[in-house]
Amino acid sequence: MTPTDRTHRTVDALVIGAGPAGLALAARLAAAGVDRVEVLDREQYAGGIPRHCHHTGFGLRDLRRLMTGPDYARHHIAAAIRAGAVLRTSVTATGWAAPRTVDITSPTGLERITATAVVLATGARERPRSARLVPGTRPAGVLTTGQLQQAVHLHHQHVGRRAVIVGAERVGYSAVATLHRAGAEVAAMVTDQPRHQTHPARHLGTRLRYGFPLVTDATVAELTGQGRLESVRLRHRDGRTADVACDTVVFTGDWIPDHELARSAGIALDPGTRGPAADAEFRTGEPGVFAVGNLLHPVETADIAALDGRLAAGPVLRHLAGRPWTPGALPVRVEAPLLWVSPNRIAPDGPRPPRGRFTLRTTRFLTRPVLTVAQDGRTLHRGRLPRTVAPGRPFHMPADWIARADAHGGPVRITAD
Amino acid sequence: MTVTTTGDLPGEVYDVAIIGAGVVGTAIARELARHRLRIALVEASDDVGNGTSKANTAIVHTGFDATPGTLEARLVREGYQRLTAYAAETGIPLEPLGALLVAWDAEQLAALPSLAEKAVRNGYDETSILDADAVYAREPHLGPGALGALEVPGESIICPWTTTLAYATQAVRAGVALHLNCPAGAVTTGEDHHEIATPRGVLRTRHLVNAAGLYSDEINRRLGHEEFTVTPRRGQLIVFDKFARGLVDHILLPVPTALGKGVLVAPTVYGNVMLGPTAEDLGDKTATGSSADGLASLREKGARIMPELLAEEVTAVYAGLRAATEHGDYQIHADPGRRYVAVGGIRSTGLTASMAIAAHVAELLTDCGLDPGPEREIEPVRMPTIGEAFPRPYQRADLIATDPAYGTVVCHCERVTRGEIRDALTATVPPGSLDGLRRRTRALGGRCQGFFCGAAVRAQFDAATAAQDRTEARR
Ligand SMILES: Cc1cc2nc3c(=O)[nH]c(=O)nc-3n(C[C@H](O)[C@H](O)[C@H](O)COP(=O)(O)OP(=O)(O)OC[C@H]3O[C@@H](n4cnc5c(N)ncnc54)[C@H](O)[C@@H]3O)c2cc1C
Ligand SMILES: Cc1cc2nc3c(=O)[nH]c(=O)nc-3n(C[C@H](O)[C@H](O)[C@H](O)COP(=O)(O)OP(=O)(O)OC[C@H]3O[C@@H](n4cnc5c(N)ncnc54)[C@H](O)[C@@H]3O)c2cc1C
Repeated sequence: MTPTDRTHRTVDALVIGAGPAGLALAARLAAAGVDRVEVLDREQYAGGIPRHCHHTGFGLRDLRRLMTGPDYARHHIAAAIRAGAVLRTSVTATGWAAPRTVDITSPTGLERITATAVVLATGARERPRSARLVPGTRPAGVLTTGQLQQAVHLHHQHVGRRAVIVGAERVGYSAVATLHRAGAEVAAMVTDQPRHQTHPARHLGTRLRYGFPLVTDATVAELTGQGRLESVRLRHRDGRTADVACDTVVFTGDWIPDHELARSAGIALDPGTRGPAADAEFRTGEPGVFAVGNLLHPVETADIAALDGRLAAGPVLRHLAGRPWTPGALPVRVEAPLLWVSPNRIAPDGPRPPRGRFTLRTTRFLTRPVLTVAQDGRTLHRGRLPRTVAPGRPFHMPADWIARADAHGGPVRITAD
Repeated sequence: MTVTTTGDLPGEVYDVAIIGAGVVGTAIARELARHRLRIALVEASDDVGNGTSKANTAIVHTGFDATPGTLEARLVREGYQRLTAYAAETGIPLEPLGALLVAWDAEQLAALPSLAEKAVRNGYDETSILDADAVYAREPHLGPGALGALEVPGESIICPWTTTLAYATQAVRAGVALHLNCPAGAVTTGEDHHEIATPRGVLRTRHLVNAAGLYSDEINRRLGHEEFTVTPRRGQLIVFDKFARGLVDHILLPVPTALGKGVLVAPTVYGNVMLGPTAEDLGDKTATGSSADGLASLREKGARIMPELLAEEVTAVYAGLRAATEHGDYQIHADPGRRYVAVGGIRSTGLTASMAIAAHVAELLTDCGLDPGPEREIEPVRMPTIGEAFPRPYQRADLIATDPAYGTVVCHCERVTRGEIRDALTATVPPGSLDGLRRRTRALGGRCQGFFCGAAVRAQFDAATAAQDRTEARR
């Protein structure tokens, strides 16, 4: 055997990533009678992020009931297998040999799989401390929520005694619960925003139960400690600083899609989401390559990712049936303080996005903003949102203006004021 | 093979003891191990290469821009040859990318010919001067305004972690006793041998080599010497995501000024791109943190050199401290009366020069009365491939076929397999911490910094450490 021997196979649909999005899609495709649907995941266990979210709050929108993350993951795994999809774990897609041909490493060796449809469902992660350029020493005790949850729930590892949580969107509140479970106290939750960004009931419930200070309008100026973290220096918007003694800091939120495979295929990314640019039918710029789930919208809840998977089944089936690859080519962009919009490619004469709406994020609180959609100076839509929008939480915008866009014009721009 | 991390030191009198297991100390240990000598290498921290040697810009310099005639110039030139050959032999990742010294203004452009001449005086005659078009042909993503460059084809990038580890591994296998967690304290020099106080008991040795990096001046004083004082000069660096690697294909150096080598942009052997370092004189030898100002100034400089780089994600930020002194040259001094050699002031080229420094120190020890005896062949070492220039285990069907653990990817960003982590944990010089494991395998060193694999890698580390503790307890 030469060092690079690979077995080569062909499948109909290859789904990369067995999180809620990939599993829900695979289940639909297999149930619709697609011969060979293969789902790969590089982790030892399928299920994606919900595997290690031991709190409840999963499944409301797609399954119409509330379950814990692991239960939710098990549900989707079972459904995919029952429908006839082939589910493989400890299998990493490492790159591309050709368009729609993926190279794979697993304990059984190297493979190359060519598929008629490749679906990227690789999810998203939190930016770590380094990517946020937080200065200071490099002690142990610096985590993201993903690492924290895995340490506590999957590996029953000891974390520190006293933690600072950076970020006050919903995942930060999950971190509070996980830290509590691990026997650690929360010294403070800190956000650069003027208030928290989760649902008020969640905030209040968590505060009442665990009682921790929420520091607003502040950023992390520095970490100190040799060996182990000793304190976190916070800088308030007015310039005052304060040191909070702690041995653990959890950087939460601030999402980035796991776009490695997409980017290494040369697939164009959207400048806002940093995931592949994709249209209302989950098509990327690369023929036969679809993208679903948090790879497209970092980050939405698991049930939204699963709904993506369901909705993508139609377009994937049509592609498998031989429909020509004509993805919406017109980019939809956002301007600051908006962060991203998904989907972000449209075809004016094509279908509306899923559920007839665009999903957006903002980087700061906007009180009942007016959203304007314009193309080449021409206003396509203008409307006031009924509510205040918060960073870290999605909001939506109707899609009925799509038909008014010029397929041959410049990018469509969404602004907020 | 002896590596100790706890317990009393052996009572024997060593022929040579080396204080400090950085790249310099381990190189010296390896060099001396080529003779039948009883050698101890003592290190204050829990791992080799844990000081300055883990946090540099990882370039093997040709020595083209050294000050001609200095000891540093000679040892860098020799060290370059020796290390390049050694890397090929042991599998230390090394890529001869070549450097471009980019001139951004007329003054810098005018300085290029004299730099080329200086290179010749340093024994390096392969440089050439490029005009702006040639520069952009080689590096199309360079920011606007480059007027020309001096091309130095021999400058290379290397893995500094594997280098130190290879020296240490080979030394230990050849019989050197490596004592970790063993800070050397007071030194009493007798007629026949030195007695060095450590928390783990007294270390006795006939000859003493001080390779304590930032602390070499303090040890030197304990031996009654005052030749130099170390002032830590901090260098902060930003490491960009692997997706930046396509932007740059050379080591991009600034034209040197009075203030030092300046900020460079260079690929790493792991496939990232590095921006840095800063140069800040500090009073604190432990100040290896980064600062907001330092990072801001790097980003500002980087934006000029390569604007597109700044749009990429950042993987890591770190800082190292150069052991700068009041002198312009290395501070390597022998005191034959005390059977002592000080290796101080190995500022910003010690990685390159390490093997040549070691050979030089071996000679000085002979001058100090050490009889090394005949030279012998020592067992060559082959280090794990953690660079990107050769296939890594996850890409090798042959390895995976013999052991599926090489097909089980644990750290996804860096594609480190269970088999590689296991090997590192049971190696001749095993890591004392997760950080040490990262330097041996790259696990935890990728873009997610542990979001996906942090807990799993720690679980494997903890299990191996617990197993080791059990074996030690049984002994
Ligand atoms: C810390 C955290 C807490 C959260 N809490 C909640 C919550 O309380 N409630 C809620 O509804 N949502 C929550 N979410 C969001 C929810 O987890 C996601 O919406 C959902 O998991 C997204 O599903 P997905 O299928 O798009 O991606 P993921 O679940 O991220 O799955 C992606 C999968 O792709 C695999 N993969 C990636 N690259 C490769 C490759 N190259 N080869 C093979 N496999 C690959 C990964 O291993 C992973 O299993 C949380 C997210 C995080 C990060
Ligand atoms: C930012 C930066 C960039 C650089 N770039 C390059 C480059 O591109 N190329 C290059 O060739 N060089 C470069 N260098 C220089 C190079 O890193 C150093 O010259 C080299 O690492 C010095 O090695 P050392 O063994 O002398 O010191 P160290 O690595 O610091 O080793 C000294 C060891 O001694 C130990 N020690 C100290 N006191 C005691 C004691 N009392 N008892 C026991 N042990 C003790 C310490 O714990 C430490 O491990 C750079 C340096 C910096 C900071």
